[in-house]
Amino acid sequence: MSRKTDEFLIEKGLFITALSSIIIIALIIIFIFVEGLPALQSVGVFNFIFGMDWSPSDGQFGVFPMIIGSLAITGLSLLMAIPLGIFCAIFLSEIAPTSVRKILKPTIQTLAGIPSVVYGFFGLIILVPFMRTQFGGTGFSMLTASIILTVMILPIIVSVSEDALRSVPPEYKEASMALGATHWQTIKNVIFPAAIPGVITSVILGMGRAIGETLAIIMVAGNVVQIPTSILDPVRALTSNIAIEMGYATGLHYNALFATGIVLIVMIIILLVIANYLHYKKKVTIGGGYL
Amino acid sequence: MDYRIEVENLNVYFDELQVLKDVSLKISKNMVTALIGPSGCGKSTFIRTLNRMNDLIDTFRMNGTVLLDGGDIYNPKVDVVDLRKKVGMVFQKPNPFPKSIFDNVAYGLQVHGISDKDVLTEKVEESLKAAALWEEVKNKLDKSALGLSGGQQQRLCIARTIAVEPEVILMDEPCSALDPISTTKIEDLIHKLKKDYTIIIVTHNMQQATRVSKHTAFFLHGEIVESGSTDKIFIEPSDKRTEDYITGRFG
Ligand SMILES: Nc1ncnc2c1ncn2[C@@H]1O[C@H](COP(=O)(O)OP(=O)(O)OP(=O)(O)O)[C@@H](O)[C@H]1O
Ligand SMILES: [Mg+2]
Repeated sequence: MSRKTDEFLIEKGLFITALSSIIIIALIIIFIFVEGLPALQSVGVFNFIFGMDWSPSDGQFGVFPMIIGSLAITGLSLLMAIPLGIFCAIFLSEIAPTSVRKILKPTIQTLAGIPSVVYGFFGLIILVPFMRTQFGGTGFSMLTASIILTVMILPIIVSVSEDALRSVPPEYKEASMALGATHWQTIKNVIFPAAIPGVITSVILGMGRAIGETLAIIMVAGNVVQIPTSILDPVRALTSNIAIEMGYATGLHYNALFATGIVLIVMIIILLVIANYLHYKKKVTIGGGYL
Repeated sequence: MDYRIEVENLNVYFDELQVLKDVSLKISKNMVTALIGPSGCGKSTFIRTLNRMNDLIDTFRMNGTVLLDGGDIYNPKVDVVDLRKKVGMVFQKPNPFPKSIFDNVAYGLQVHGISDKDVLTEKVEESLKAAALWEEVKNKLDKSALGLSGGQQQRLCIARTIAVEPEVILMDEPCSALDPISTTKIEDLIHKLKKDYTIIIVTHNMQQATRVSKHTAFFLHGEIVESGSTDKIFIEPSDKRTEDYITGRFG
């Protein structure tokens, strides 16, 4: 075969592979929309999104408490995971001796691959009883779910941020140290700012995992449909709603679960757009950017 | 004769590899000293010993004495931050921070505790003028330093270094990434700076060494073969190896 036909076949092959994965994703999304739209039509988009009541047996389909639930769990876990993850990444990239890093980094990456049911199970057996004895109540709460999520997204944030910090050219560090800056001043003023775009990427990935997480949250969040007034209240996430009720839902209820999926997709898209905008803006302001 | 830096019997190792062997050199105040020698002979290692930048490398070990104004810089009581403030460094590749031009120059002052906006503004202007860059950048101080040309970036790095008012400036092949016009500008700058600063410059360019320096030291395989007045070294070197190197017969 000539080199030219080789090239042709490879290019077309790649094109078809890429196209088919896009088509599959598009089909899934179309399916979700087709199944979900009847519910949105019958309940009304506004009532569906801002409705406070979710009682399928009475024909009440309002997901607002669960939108808040998803956002609150995700937000709280990011609040804990971002600082922890960043400090951990700084420790790994700048302070830990090479030998320690060589062991810790793969360990942390392995943690990212543990199935969520394992984390959920751990939460159910260890964390829920602990929360119950510490704070009273059932132990199933938004805080419990957020802690489990924090543990789950920490490896992603640490490992991607660490890559970003380590890809900052060593020339910057040398220049800063040569001016008489201390190591910590150098990290704070030079290395970390140059790594911010990568750190934002790590947060985007962590957020994506947090907001889409289902199983572990179902196991520890309590799943009560309500707007939480304290972090110790049980909450239900949008994802949990679908998974919990899918097994027995029929008719409009069934469509309403798909509509919940639509809301979730739209919410994730909005969050990603915001996060990517921040990422892009940081890139521009530091004039280059790494990752 | 007043010496700013006196190095005696300096040995430097990276792990088992001995990079500098029994190096002794005296460097006079307010004068330019050039370090020449083939690649890998230890010139960078030598100047990085003078501001303790080698401390950043895990495998670095040394013995011998390095005196700055009579004080041993490797004395455990010495504050490395203070030392590096006194002994500034300009690197081979221009390496401005990914910050604005202003912030690049202000950075060194800020890490040393100066936060007064007026003082910073004044100092930044003064340093950029001293580095012969002011006219070119005065209208875009808030623009990213990465948008400057290589030669401008290198002068910015020099401005950044002199902003913290060092006594000594170490330059490791500061022109090797620059075109001839930028090189001329940097050399003019070195001439201008030498009355206030003690400058040590590593260069692979023999003409540059003769143009800018009063003293020259020739390194070979981690040792100083010959050092002394630049005129003497380039006109009548006393060592055959020096002569071979400067006439381009090896290196
Ligand atoms: N961090 C390091 N670890 C181990 N060996 C090193 C390290 N840095 C330099 N060396 C070795 O030390 C020797 C001297 O290197 P140095 O960079 O001082 O040479 P140089 O004279 O500056 O060369 P050039 O003109 O190419 O810049 C070389 O053999 C080099 O391989
Ligand atoms: Mg060198």
